[in-house]
Amino acid sequence: MRSLAAGAGPGVGAPAYSGAVPPEPVILARALTKRYGDFAAVDGLDFEVGPGESFALLGPNGAGKSTTMRMISAVSARTRGDLAVLGLDPDEHGPEIRTRLGVVPQQDNLDADINVLQNLLVYGRYFGLPRRLVRERADRLIEFAQLTEKRRARVDSLSGGMKRRLTIARALINEPSILMLDEPTTGLDPQARHVLWDRLFRLKEQGTMLVLTTHYMDEAEQLADRLIVVDHGRIMAEGSPAELIRRYSTREVLEVRFGSDRNASAAAELGGIGDRHEVLPDRVLLYVEDGEGALREVRRRVGEPRTSLVRRSSLEDVFLRLTGRSLID
Amino acid sequence: MTDLAVKPRRFGAWYVFEHKIQPFRTWAWSLVAMAFGTPLIYLYSFGVGFASLLGRQADATVGGVSYLEFMAPAALLAFVLQAGSEEFYFGTVSGFTWNRTFYGMRAAPLTATQISAGMVLVALARMLFTSLVYFGIGWLVFGAFPSPWSWLIIPISLLAACAFGLPLMAFAASVESDKGQFAMVYRVVIMPLSLFSGTMFPLDVLPVWLQWIGWISPLWHGSQLTRIVSYGLVEPAWLIVVHLAMLAALVVAGWILTVRLMGKRLDG
Repeated sequence: MRSLAAGAGPGVGAPAYSGAVPPEPVILARALTKRYGDFAAVDGLDFEVGPGESFALLGPNGAGKSTTMRMISAVSARTRGDLAVLGLDPDEHGPEIRTRLGVVPQQDNLDADINVLQNLLVYGRYFGLPRRLVRERADRLIEFAQLTEKRRARVDSLSGGMKRRLTIARALINEPSILMLDEPTTGLDPQARHVLWDRLFRLKEQGTMLVLTTHYMDEAEQLADRLIVVDHGRIMAEGSPAELIRRYSTREVLEVRFGSDRNASAAAELGGIGDRHEVLPDRVLLYVEDGEGALREVRRRVGEPRTSLVRRSSLEDVFLRLTGRSLID
Repeated sequence: MTDLAVKPRRFGAWYVFEHKIQPFRTWAWSLVAMAFGTPLIYLYSFGVGFASLLGRQADATVGGVSYLEFMAPAALLAFVLQAGSEEFYFGTVSGFTWNRTFYGMRAAPLTATQISAGMVLVALARMLFTSLVYFGIGWLVFGAFPSPWSWLIIPISLLAACAFGLPLMAFAASVESDKGQFAMVYRVVIMPLSLFSGTMFPLDVLPVWLQWIGWISPLWHGSQLTRIVSYGLVEPAWLIVVHLAMLAALVVAGWILTVRLMGKRLDG
């Protein structure tokens, strides 16, 4: 927040390093495993996150994303493997690591008994910060979270989007090196999501490292420099959003609907158009380089579909390719 | 790097306390009204009203002192224990369920032990306030505490209330969702304890098969100690040791269990 003079928002500098020496990873996981009895929630993850990099874990519900986040956040001990966060072992240096993290959990845990400002003030104290400093930061963060009008309002009276923004503001009170976001926009309406993305994007621009989990493709595409696709506690693929799309999908996707009773039979006649196709209950996806050209070919073979749509490939397609399932059930 | 969390490691419980007394401002008036109203009503109705009924009998004293002097120290303890129980129970259940603040604290540098300790401090603060008001009224208005050592009733009451409150807090840390368990605890545990722990009448007037309730009750052990300091109740030395040991054992066991259950739930 050193650069906040103009009131633009809380900027947190990425750890400085000299270009000559390869930077140490900020998060380093090797064979990271978490078991609950016989069930492996996280099953041998290997990944690292470099300084200043924004990183996402993408996967369906139950993939092990939140468990991984909790291990990185030093609130859940790993069963096996190695983990270093900011160069420290969470098993031994939990409080030290947590001092340098900002955590936005999936489920809000603001204190509903006190007001917006008080929520920030009491939270800042948890990091051992002096009252005056917390007060200054709280004022700026309330502005950043666009909650100036609600400063003295009780948390109960805030909308879902406002609560999320307050939770993010709270997570920034200690000027964290890494902001951990677990499904930051799940359950929000589209407008509230866009407001939130705007705030998070500003943080990223100012150099705050974001580590997030999401099952929304557009969220990962907007906020992450690099991501891992996780399913059943394992890594399915790793790379930047653009790389993954290039590697696992085609430039364009043609979506055609023939009606739920005809999709499968129509699809059977579409062989050879594009790289491959996927039959979903409500539509057929064709992975192609030229969507319009493919649509003409579809029309020629099976006639006019009920609806058709040509779009760019997204991470959703990558996920479908990797797992044979769609992300949101 | 490793000296980042020096202050949170040292003062974490205090920060929890600072946070959790904030909402007290909101219901300050009802807390004050209860702290003042209860002893006034209680001491008047029993100490004056009920005692005047006893006064018509030939021997109007209990163990050599007036009924008011007999009852007042134990009644103070019973009241503090009740106020503390609410704090120990609801403070803990709410932190995990309807106001999930413990998870936020845990994501900050605090540990489960510090969160537990902070919540105990909150309960102690409320109990200290309650007992000071009660003691002041009993002493100034009713003259219910004759000995100059009577003020020791306050620390004894806090100890005995923790001997009940900490095991209750451990139970609260295991409550997944509030389905009126406290009402149950109140009816099945707190009420019978206050009736059969020698608060309103000496334990030995009960039939032996009911006296065991007093023996296992922190309320009885605490009440006997408050009477010793308040009007000089004579108890054998070994029994005084038993009273103190029993209370201390419950405090230690309750604390260990609380920390373990809080940790299990927050660190899973």
